[in-house]
Amino acid sequence: MSQVKIYIPKDAASKSVGADQVADEIVRIANQKQLDVKIIRNGSRGMLWLEPLVEVETTEGRFGFGPVSVEDVKDLFEKDFINSQNHQLSMGIVSEYPWLKNQQRLTFKRVGVIDPLDLADYERHGGLVGLRKALTLPQEQITTLITESGLRGRGGAGFPAGIKWNTVRQTESDQKYICANADEGDSGTFADRMLMEGDPYLLIEGMTIAAIAVGATKGFIYVRSEYPDAISTLKSAVINARDFGLLGEKVLDSNFEFDLTVVVGAGSYVCGEETAMLESLEGKRGMVRPKPPLPAINGLFGKPTVINNVLTLATAPIILSEGADFYRSFGSGKSLGTQVFQLAGNVKQGGIVELAFGISLNDLLNKFALGTNTQRPIKAVQIGGPLGAYFPNELFATALDYESLLARGGMLGHGGIVIFDDTVDMGAQARFAMEFCAAESCGKCTPCRIGSTRGVEVIDKILNNENKQENLNLLIDLCDTMTDGSLCAMGGLTPLPVRSALKHFAQDFGLAKEVANVAN
Amino acid sequence: MSLIKETDFGTPASKSTQSVTLTIDGQPITVPLGTSVMRAAKMLETSIPKLCATDSLQSFGSCRLCVVEIDGRKGTPASCTTPVEAGMVVRTQTQKVEKIRKNVMELYISDHPLDCLTCPANGDCELQDMAGVVGLREVRYGYEGKNHLSAPTDSSNPYFNFDESKCIVCSRCVRACDEVQGTFALTIEGRGFDSKVSPGGKDFLSSECVSCGACVQACPTATLEEKSVVDLGMPNRSVITTCAYCGVGCSFKAELRGDELVRMVPYKNGGANEGHSCVKGRFAWGYASHPDRVLTPKIRESITDAWTDVTWEEAINFTANKLKTIQTKYGQHSIGGITSSRCTNEEVYVVQKMVRAAFGNNNVDTCARVCHSPTGYGLKQTFGTSAGTQDFKSVEKTDVILLIGANPTDAHPVFASRMKRRLRQGAQIIIMDPRKIDLVQSAHIKAAHHLPLLPGTNVAMINAFGHVIASENLIDWDFINERCDVTAFKKWEAFIKLPENSPEVVETIAGVPAEEIRAAARLYASAKNAAIYYGLGVTEHSQGSTMVMGIANLAMATGNIGREGVGVNPLRGQNNVQGACDMGSFPHEFSGYRHVSDDVVREQFEILWGTELQATPGMRIPNMLDAAIVGEFKALFVQGEDIAQSDPNTKHVKAALVSMDLVIVQDLFLNETAQFAHVFLPGTSFLEKDGTFTNAERRINRVRPVMAAKTLKQEWQIVAELSKALGYEMNYKSAADIMDEIAQVTPTFKGVSFAHLDKVGSVQWPCNEANPDGTPIMHVDQFVRGKGQFMETHYVPTEERTTRKFPLLLTTGRVLSQYNVGAQTRRTKNITWASEDLLQIHPSDAEARGITHESWVKLASRVGETTLRADLTDDVPPGVVYTTFHFPVSGANVITTEFSDWATNCPEYKVTAVEVMPTLVGPKETISASEVDSKMQELSRNV
Repeated sequence: MSQVKIYIPKDAASKSVGADQVADEIVRIANQKQLDVKIIRNGSRGMLWLEPLVEVETTEGRFGFGPVSVEDVKDLFEKDFINSQNHQLSMGIVSEYPWLKNQQRLTFKRVGVIDPLDLADYERHGGLVGLRKALTLPQEQITTLITESGLRGRGGAGFPAGIKWNTVRQTESDQKYICANADEGDSGTFADRMLMEGDPYLLIEGMTIAAIAVGATKGFIYVRSEYPDAISTLKSAVINARDFGLLGEKVLDSNFEFDLTVVVGAGSYVCGEETAMLESLEGKRGMVRPKPPLPAINGLFGKPTVINNVLTLATAPIILSEGADFYRSFGSGKSLGTQVFQLAGNVKQGGIVELAFGISLNDLLNKFALGTNTQRPIKAVQIGGPLGAYFPNELFATALDYESLLARGGMLGHGGIVIFDDTVDMGAQARFAMEFCAAESCGKCTPCRIGSTRGVEVIDKILNNENKQENLNLLIDLCDTMTDGSLCAMGGLTPLPVRSALKHFAQDFGLAKEVANVAN
Repeated sequence: MSLIKETDFGTPASKSTQSVTLTIDGQPITVPLGTSVMRAAKMLETSIPKLCATDSLQSFGSCRLCVVEIDGRKGTPASCTTPVEAGMVVRTQTQKVEKIRKNVMELYISDHPLDCLTCPANGDCELQDMAGVVGLREVRYGYEGKNHLSAPTDSSNPYFNFDESKCIVCSRCVRACDEVQGTFALTIEGRGFDSKVSPGGKDFLSSECVSCGACVQACPTATLEEKSVVDLGMPNRSVITTCAYCGVGCSFKAELRGDELVRMVPYKNGGANEGHSCVKGRFAWGYASHPDRVLTPKIRESITDAWTDVTWEEAINFTANKLKTIQTKYGQHSIGGITSSRCTNEEVYVVQKMVRAAFGNNNVDTCARVCHSPTGYGLKQTFGTSAGTQDFKSVEKTDVILLIGANPTDAHPVFASRMKRRLRQGAQIIIMDPRKIDLVQSAHIKAAHHLPLLPGTNVAMINAFGHVIASENLIDWDFINERCDVTAFKKWEAFIKLPENSPEVVETIAGVPAEEIRAAARLYASAKNAAIYYGLGVTEHSQGSTMVMGIANLAMATGNIGREGVGVNPLRGQNNVQGACDMGSFPHEFSGYRHVSDDVVREQFEILWGTELQATPGMRIPNMLDAAIVGEFKALFVQGEDIAQSDPNTKHVKAALVSMDLVIVQDLFLNETAQFAHVFLPGTSFLEKDGTFTNAERRINRVRPVMAAKTLKQEWQIVAELSKALGYEMNYKSAADIMDEIAQVTPTFKGVSFAHLDKVGSVQWPCNEANPDGTPIMHVDQFVRGKGQFMETHYVPTEERTTRKFPLLLTTGRVLSQYNVGAQTRRTKNITWASEDLLQIHPSDAEARGITHESWVKLASRVGETTLRADLTDDVPPGVVYTTFHFPVSGANVITTEFSDWATNCPEYKVTAVEVMPTLVGPKETISASEVDSKMQELSRNV
């Protein structure tokens, strides 16, 4: 019998539910049975309720079993899972699994498929095609391609990536930088982490393409300190990429030079704000800088700097390899391409769903999430992280794209979708929004520094029925002050969840709907 | 005059030459590109509310009071961080921004004590002002929420409090410490609501804080407040004057409450300091009213007698009679005077005039003899003028700084801050100094090269630089051919290329690796703009003048003269060293550095002064002292200098003083020299003087009387009266009259008058018809002497060498909080930081001698010995020890020798062969009875 490849994810989420122990047990029993197996620790396919998801490679494809516990392993061997799918955990050929098959994976197409640190595997699955293409193009053409593809910043702000790159390209300087913002701090988001753990070369390739396009020679990946697995994977990937010649003085034997450094974040939510990230990268306290100057002109160490989210940079290779038209054929209007949604919270089937922009929230909830884990009705969905709005059932028909969400008082953010069942107290959630801001504020601007603390106090007074109307008016005034007066999105967006909770869930504050509506 | 408050434009001025026109509240204005909307509005006299912005600091954008609306832009951008754009339409007062401002202010006040009426900053608080401006009437949040009201007050600094409960976390103090002072002592600790200003350690006193006061000045509330304001109350009037400490010459607003000085605040329009200060100028002025001040004239027949207080008239008549008697008995040349670099130009001028016209000789010298006389000589020979070439501002254009024998962060702190700012912008610095001074490595500063040469080897080192530049063809040939005497250059070139000047040979002399010397020389020579700054580590050597010429050679060879960013810049130790030299204090020169033998010049003075003047130079200080010991020099007038402490070889100085029949001391305090005096004429502090000081950049600054003379007499009046009693009348009605005479007789001062200075603030000489506003940069088109003169600078080792008996080399300097002989700073709370002189010694030298940190050691040279405490540090290299001379008890100059500069007699303070030994006893009388003659023994019994 020839060697059998068994895939067991090394993704932190899979490990958290026992993937390492499952892998050890598979190796132990295989050795005992003197079976010739090769264990590959891949990334996660993003079907988190199925983790640890064990895949067996066959000529027909990769058959999946999940979720597999250590106790299940013996049974799997007994039922000969290597050759037979006759097991209650069997899910058939993984790529044919409807939840996965119904997605449009462009950025995430290799995550969970390949051995993350095997560059040859990366290339076999289409890696480096985009970079090789970029090396043949004039710089301006690369930025034009990115602009034409419609790719917008996936970190939350949605700024057109091509325009940003072009600004950096056109700014003359002796030194330019590429910074990948991997300080993924939004609650309910994990796409950056899974991509870095599951397909790290894609980020490196994307950053290298950006570097070639704008003339940068040095890059930094600023990774959230709570992501030790992603950090170690990236560090290994950077070393391998240098050995391979992907990074270094001559990128893939071209005349372009590019190298990058993985930097561990400073453990502050605000450091995910791009200018605070620059401060932190410079070794300073993570505090927001005013804009202007734009980082594209005056960024890291005062030099022109491309700062993009991990997903933005990781999407560049496919645009280069498949063309701008291919990419923009997904989505519509000003929201082009695909969005990596992350289903989290009280959810039955949580994980990564990459789809063209425009799917309705209803479809995402019904076709992918399949309701709550507690089996209770959904009361609210928070979209776009802790600073995003809470949506009630009445708004579930909303199409998930930048413009439609904005029109309904929400925002897409980094694509996090957090689901709450009918036991949630939205008054407490509104209070939490202020509390989160108070805990994470860098303390630079007054509305955020003092306002968030006062926000908690005022909501408490409302919830305790103290001078309810006056305090409601004060809360609304405070929300206005934070929205209009804050230096960055941290303080500026904190009122979003508060206002949406007031507007859609007035009863949770003990208020009549029409009273709470002054919130908007 | 009422309290002066400079206009605060909120953000610094833009240096752009391009301009932009925009509209603010309907009014068009054209401003330089890069100007903030806030500043542009202020230029239209529209004040946008602000708290975190102030124009000495880069914009920060944290308080959010300054939001405005701009047509076509979404939201409400902060006007401090928004640069103007052409055609921009800004509205500063709309319902929307007014609501934001009021609500932000409400948040501030929800976490601020409501004790305005009893707050020391009441009336001088920007938070209070802004609450009024935005119309805050209530705080709807109440005061029971989370707050900082019980935060403690840190009173550890002797001069100011830090009351955390009043802090609004605007970061102005932190930014001032970073951007203005460059010390980086402060930070914001914690985040969000818990953010607080912190000096990093336990408290301000134990932190890195250098007490420059920039944070106190920047603070918009009472959080950082001078203790004097807390104690005395808000001042109500200001007098603009000039600091009397180092040669930087900072302008200050002396702020008074009635006639009581409350605080000194650096003046933003001060040409030298532009609103910055150091711990001395800002805080250490209390000595002026110290109980040790002597306010009544004193006389005595013998120095063994007790003093008798007398009237001014008695003192002057006593002095005049004695002087006349001595001259009758010992001849016209048996008396002389010393002028002080701490006195005003006018006070110095009258002393030298008294010596020349009333004494009838040229026996006048100045304390600059012992500091920068080689600068005068060296720069006169090479460039033609005895002064630095640049203004301080010039450093802002410098790419490479060569710093030699100076420690600006301690001795010239305000200029050091300017220098550090430039270094943080990317300029590089080469440091030639035996010690690891702060600028070698400190917060955000790292020297490109530190050349820790052995004391006494400066000339060898500068020659090695010249050698590299000449032999590697780094010469600026255009500059040589156009601007310099080519014959002299060629001679220099041939000389400098000699192998004896090569870095490889110099390595064996100075102990610095040849490659390091080469790299540093190349860096200096290849910079677009390279500037040399130096201090007494250059001049106070047996080859001080040679070294100054070596520096001048280097600047000329590389074309680094005559524009911004370059030049040769002596950092003057005292407030008026430049001025005292300019005023004709040297025995061979009239004011403006013109030789007494020049008949034309002398005749001009003779006509104006109505008396015959001597054509031959008089005696220098060391000559006077030597002549006293042999009995030929019998009377000395000492203006504001303590030669018994500050001059080298104290034993010799004291022996000379006791040999004289009459020593007249004019000073604030009964100093060391006064022990040997027969007449004590009480002087005035800088707070009482009316006159001018000239700083290191040739800037003539006004010194205005902040208070009436406590002695009831200006010092120039005393001299004029003494002169009159001697038979020569001066007839000045005011100090302004004296300056008018100086201007009349001194070409470089021709355009100077008090009226002109009061109008323009300050001028840098030459100030004349050609340059009515003065001359920031000298030698722009040609050297003052015509062609730049290269001089051969042969290295001649000092005779002061280490021996088996004295194997270490002692060098001396200054610490930040103390100043020279300490007469002023010792009488202030600055003793909190330094209360004794310490001997810095390398741990390996200490270990070899069994010396431990802070233990007592005996420091001995071949001329004397003293006792002080050891400070074990690798800031000094092995073989070199270092101390200061701030405290008379340690008397460092008991150790220093009689060697001096070959050209000017400037003492060789910086090189003394010594031995250091552990000792169990602390300091004693600095001179033991057995070491002096019988007269000295008598003295020590009686005083």
